[in-house]
Amino acid sequence: MRSEKSNRAPLGLKIAAAAGLAFMHVPILLIFLYAFTTEEKTYQFPPPGLTTQWFAVAWSRPDVWAALTLSVKVAAIATGAALILGTLCAAAISQTRFFGRETVSLLVILPIALPGIITGIALRSAFSMADIPFSFWTIVLGHATFCIVVVYNNAVARFRRISGSLIEASMDLGADGFQTFRYVILPNIGTALLAGGMLAFALSFDEVIVTTFTAGQQSTLPIWMLEELIRPRQRPVTNVVAMIVVIVTFLPILGAYYLTRDGDQIAGAGK
Amino acid sequence: MTIVAESFVLPERRSAAGRLSDFFWRHPHVLLTVLLGPPLLWLGVVYLGSLFALLLQSFFSIDEFSGLINYEFTLATYRQLLSEANLDIILRTVSMAALVTLVSAFIAFPIAYYAARYARGKWKALFYLAVMLPLWSSYLVKVYAWKLILAKEGILTWVFEKLNLLWLLDAWLALPIVGGNSLSVSYTGTFIVFVYVWMPFMILPIQAALERVPANLIEASSDLGGTPAQTFRHVLFPLALPGIVAGSIFTFSLTLGDYIIPQIIGSSRLFIGQAVYAQQGTAGNIPLAAAFTVVPIVIMGAYLWMAKRMGAFDAL
Repeated sequence: MRSEKSNRAPLGLKIAAAAGLAFMHVPILLIFLYAFTTEEKTYQFPPPGLTTQWFAVAWSRPDVWAALTLSVKVAAIATGAALILGTLCAAAISQTRFFGRETVSLLVILPIALPGIITGIALRSAFSMADIPFSFWTIVLGHATFCIVVVYNNAVARFRRISGSLIEASMDLGADGFQTFRYVILPNIGTALLAGGMLAFALSFDEVIVTTFTAGQQSTLPIWMLEELIRPRQRPVTNVVAMIVVIVTFLPILGAYYLTRDGDQIAGAGK
Repeated sequence: MTIVAESFVLPERRSAAGRLSDFFWRHPHVLLTVLLGPPLLWLGVVYLGSLFALLLQSFFSIDEFSGLINYEFTLATYRQLLSEANLDIILRTVSMAALVTLVSAFIAFPIAYYAARYARGKWKALFYLAVMLPLWSSYLVKVYAWKLILAKEGILTWVFEKLNLLWLLDAWLALPIVGGNSLSVSYTGTFIVFVYVWMPFMILPIQAALERVPANLIEASSDLGGTPAQTFRHVLFPLALPGIVAGSIFTFSLTLGDYIIPQIIGSSRLFIGQAVYAQQGTAGNIPLAAAFTVVPIVIMGAYLWMAKRMGAFDAL
């Protein structure tokens, strides 16, 4: 009796959970609706009519393309750097014991535990003190810094699941460290790294606060959107771009989920 | 002794990679340095270096006549930070962050509890994705979506009109502090968007903490005559608290530093992030901007220290 009862959720809990999930999802779905509205000047609801013409308009806008290309380039390079640094760090933390281990793991988390504006303004003032001109590379530098943690989180979780005897067996059979890494460790952590990389890409693709401080004249897609939010030029185009951004970030997140779902870890818990 | 023994067990390798590998095997500290060197150099130089440079700036001051930075150590900037107008900004931001954190925990808890205790198999995976997608989806798009919702001609006004509750909305907007011309230029709007954007960060840590609560603890509590409310207060809540604290690190910290949400949806009264942005940009007063950033750093430092003591890091 009792066990059966305790396995069914109380109605109040169901309603509260469902309402919470609806609160999280409905606003994003609205973006999809607005991408098709015929209304140009205001945010009128319900839309007076539906059209697909804004997709064509957005497609032919060179500024949108420039921003999109820059965002993809920055995210790709920042992800690459974060993959190397995050994996090295995760290997050191999970495979060895050393003094200051906790401090190192705190240092990795710090760029996302502290508000983005601090990372942003700190980098900006350091660049200007060191006379480094703002460029594509200053954006990458900032993005890679906070992407490390995402790769690190995924890699550490997977490293913990590799049993030490696998590595010892490989060494006993005569493989050197590099061969062990290539044939034993890498196949084991591969999907976790891919997942971490995808999440890092999504994170960088979306980052706006740090970018506003580290970019000069360049504008990434989020910067483009921010400008449209402050000084709207053609609202329907912004709606379309917003929808594209949602889709472009959803795909890597879904991919990362499928790559890590068999584990007991939570991929990228805590951005 | 051991070194002699090792040289017997390990045959010398010929290849460069093999020899390097053996070298690492005999000198684990070198290997550790090679592994940790690049990430520590990066984070140490790029990140900590920048933070330090920023901190240093807060001890300089700005020359009122020339507008240039005076590179002499002084506490004048901190005196300026503690002026009444600036304290107002700090107080406003901290109370907003605290309120956002509380309400986020309130909304997140049922979702996390349901996912941890009742969702199984496919439903559990679905729940997880349903939390992850909004959590990771674009920050600016989320803010933009709320601009559409909160605008005067937007969906919320439409809903209130259909429910014949427009008078209620108008009455709320007429209130002194929380009201405004429309929801999209009021504190109420800022608050809703903050909760919306940062609340998802609360769910997974709470869920992780709740998943570690054995189901028979709850049963034992009810067997001993505890009402659901008592079970919640004396068993479930204390055990979930580390998770809530872990989640609150994100909701609190992110609200503390945000300057885009209050700029796009909110009234003209500043938050810390906006003050930092304005001081370093238009006002050109980098020392004061730096001093402003010290506030969230100190608050978050204390917060992280407390969270660590409560065991919140295990729930991350």
